[in-house]
Amino acid sequence: MADAYFWPTKEKSQAIGTRVKRLDGPEKSNGTAKYTYDINIKNQLIAKALGCPHAHCKITSIDVAPALKVKGVVHAEPLKQSGNEIEWQGELLAVIAAETEAAAREGVAAIKVEYEMLPVFVEEDNLAAAEAAMRTSKGGGKAQTEKEPGDDDDEDEFIEKEIARLLKESAHVVEAEYGIDPITHCCLEPHGSTVAWEGNKLLVHLSTQNVSGTDEGFARDLNITSDDVTVHCDYIGGGFGSKFAPDYWGIAAARISKATGRPVKFMLDRDQELKLGGSRPSGYIKVKLGADKDGVVQVWDSEHWGSAGATNPGGVSHTVVPYVFTPKNYRRLATNIKTNHAQARAWRAPNHPQACAITQTALDDLAMKMGANSLDIFLKNLGTDENPGVSGAKPSVYKAEMEEGARLIGWKELWHPHGKGPAKGSVVEGLGLAIHTWGGGANQSSCLVKIHPDGGVETTCGTQDLGVGTRTVLALVLAECFGLPYESIKVNIGSSKMPVSGPSGGSTTVGGVSESHRRAGQDAFRHLAALVGEKLAVDPATLEAVKGRIQVVGNPDKSVSWKEATSLLGMKPLEVKGEYTRGTASPLSNSQVGGVQMAHVAVDKETGIIKVKKYVAVQDIGLVVAPTQAESQIYGAVIMGIAYSLFEERISDPKTGAFVNCELKDYKLARLGDIGEIVVKFYEPESERSRGVIGLGEPPVISPGAAISNAVCNALGVRVPTLPMTPQRVLAAIEKGARAGG
Amino acid sequence: MAPQTTKAERTSSLRPPAGFSRRDFLRGSSAVAAASALQQQATALAQEAAGVAIVAGETAITLNVNGKDHQVKAEPRTTLLDVLRYQLDLTGAKPVCNDGSSGAATILVDGKPMQANVMLALQAVGKKIQSVESLAGDAVPKAFVECDAQQCGFCTPGFVVAVRAFLNQKPKATEEEIRKGLNGNLCRCGTYANIVHAALLVVKGDA
Repeated sequence: MADAYFWPTKEKSQAIGTRVKRLDGPEKSNGTAKYTYDINIKNQLIAKALGCPHAHCKITSIDVAPALKVKGVVHAEPLKQSGNEIEWQGELLAVIAAETEAAAREGVAAIKVEYEMLPVFVEEDNLAAAEAAMRTSKGGGKAQTEKEPGDDDDEDEFIEKEIARLLKESAHVVEAEYGIDPITHCCLEPHGSTVAWEGNKLLVHLSTQNVSGTDEGFARDLNITSDDVTVHCDYIGGGFGSKFAPDYWGIAAARISKATGRPVKFMLDRDQELKLGGSRPSGYIKVKLGADKDGVVQVWDSEHWGSAGATNPGGVSHTVVPYVFTPKNYRRLATNIKTNHAQARAWRAPNHPQACAITQTALDDLAMKMGANSLDIFLKNLGTDENPGVSGAKPSVYKAEMEEGARLIGWKELWHPHGKGPAKGSVVEGLGLAIHTWGGGANQSSCLVKIHPDGGVETTCGTQDLGVGTRTVLALVLAECFGLPYESIKVNIGSSKMPVSGPSGGSTTVGGVSESHRRAGQDAFRHLAALVGEKLAVDPATLEAVKGRIQVVGNPDKSVSWKEATSLLGMKPLEVKGEYTRGTASPLSNSQVGGVQMAHVAVDKETGIIKVKKYVAVQDIGLVVAPTQAESQIYGAVIMGIAYSLFEERISDPKTGAFVNCELKDYKLARLGDIGEIVVKFYEPESERSRGVIGLGEPPVISPGAAISNAVCNALGVRVPTLPMTPQRVLAAIEKGARAGG
Repeated sequence: MAPQTTKAERTSSLRPPAGFSRRDFLRGSSAVAAASALQQQATALAQEAAGVAIVAGETAITLNVNGKDHQVKAEPRTTLLDVLRYQLDLTGAKPVCNDGSSGAATILVDGKPMQANVMLALQAVGKKIQSVESLAGDAVPKAFVECDAQQCGFCTPGFVVAVRAFLNQKPKATEEEIRKGLNGNLCRCGTYANIVHAALLVVKGDA
């Protein structure tokens, strides 16, 4: 039955869409939630590794024997051999397992390694230098023009001429460069595991966003089969796209545990976490855009470059350039640069935040050049639902969100043309906006819902809580199905021995687990309704679950309590499997969302310091299951966005390739005093709500770079071209603007 | 920027280099005041040195944690965080940074917020140590739950203790004071907005 599954209307919803406390909030707040790092197994060893101090070198000798002389050291093994080439700083060379962390560190310090130095390249923002160092490769591209080349035309030549013609005929042209530096995932709980063997069976406590999908990686590398592996993760201390795999240090932990016959805990050190645990590719662009007299972009011509590290140097994908906006004529070319950095990992909304930051700034510069209101220019470039100028969501969705955002931030009242606002002393203020899209379709998910004859309800699902409130979402979905308080639902997640659910990546978790649980919940309810219908002598199809009772729709007089209903099950609990296959069309979930964000900033022209005064995020995610937790996720995304817009960057020493700010005192993240007022608004009219559940993790983290940069530009009247907009860069941009007579 | 020191160089300072002993390292530290609470071996050494506690190798010490005395073992280099996490299985305080800059290992020592990862276990002898686990019934964690002031939750225990300590100092803190006064802790998920709400809720007495 295709229509067997559905969500209740907004008016009918009892649990879905209500504001509730996070189910695992108490454990997280009082310190009793056990993360991988917190799992202490009796008799465990602590492993620590030596990270390579050089960004590019060859190992000429490695000797771990001296470490074995250190008191407390039990095991020492090299991970690299003489002759191995190392291509990034921090790569783990050897690992020591000892009775205590301190002894393990002392053991690491005793390891003797000799290196032959090799040439280093880390200047990912410098295309000319990368070309000279033979570090570039083609990153793909595409060109399209309304006018098609004739049969005899050379296509490249035709495009070149056509783009030049369109630019020449444009009423307004912007020619500029923009950039966004690399950042890291910087998970507060570093990557790692605590492992133990029992005979040939391996138990891995793994800090992972992929509970159901990492067992086979351990099995493959350890010559056992997946059924002998249990991966467990009740809580994960941050992942953001970087914790999908066992990683070679996870395998090493299992290997050492086997060799020593003791449990092993192997968590990366802070500097190793920043060097190896994941980074986001950088992106730098040269743009020419041409617009008609109304400010509608007619032609886009860009070349961008950046690095994702040494192994697979793909930077920002050309497919998202320019971002969201789809001009009729464009040419875009990407160049990848190989640098001496560890391979980048998926960072919340891969490609999108960078693409947004380096292209929607150009659209705002068009507004500045025209002396126009940025909001008007963004609106004009949306097109119409029939003839869209954007991808992802419908133009009407972005438009409605822009209007809502403008109202919430006071755009009309606060707007002034770029650089023309009033100054309070040396402080000027400005407004900026950006828009974004994301897929967020539901992931594969299975669950087993169990209803006990005594009324107890539990679910078991091999998913994880990355911080989105997965447990709370599952409880709300089942509470809705059974008319029960959400706190009464027992949620079991976090083990590879549970029904398989997809990894938490790409905003797919809430969609996936809502699918499987709503399906199981509705099926289970129908089973119970049949029993209750028999008892009450009514058609089961007329029954509903409301406030702890199963009743004839709208008639509490014809009802039984939940417990009476479940007692009809007899001796055996009812077990119902819920299953959703990724990509299946469903009335419960959907994909493709649109979001709009606006920033109001103050910039001190004397110090170069930027303060975000107010930030508005308007977001469509279809049906909102858990509004409080969803709101938290948007707050968090905006705050991450403030960090990468103003503070955060991986700084590499150009000579040695060293990651110079790999400790938290130097790696600048936003702190509590760095955020202003943040306003979150869900765009949830029936047209969007009726689409069902769509993921939220990625979309709200995309726009901040462009929105804040545009606000700073509106305040100053000059562009600070590269993120993060550090005080130094702000002052340099002001000086450059003054020299240009701006 | 100074050139990056390697892991090997940094940790090598754990070994006493020539001309600098662990004894020098501890001389004049707060271990002086703590000498009376040290157990047999350490006490004997301390007395021998006439008022200066000199400790080498592993010693048995007593730490007062969450209102109870605990017998634990510590070397001079053992951090308080390591003792809490590995010997007492109190894992609320988290190992996030090496220098206290994350605030994730915030605990109360004689009521003052300290970072357990940059404090030696020996320094804590004779002091009243409170970890986040002792605040289970406090208004602060309750307010964090009420305001959804956690996502992944790894930084949350440190933040809870920091908010408690801050509000002990300023029970009537304003929003502006809260925003200025709680910058010693890091959250990567970005829960700050709700932490401000939680702290204000505690001030209002509603939590």
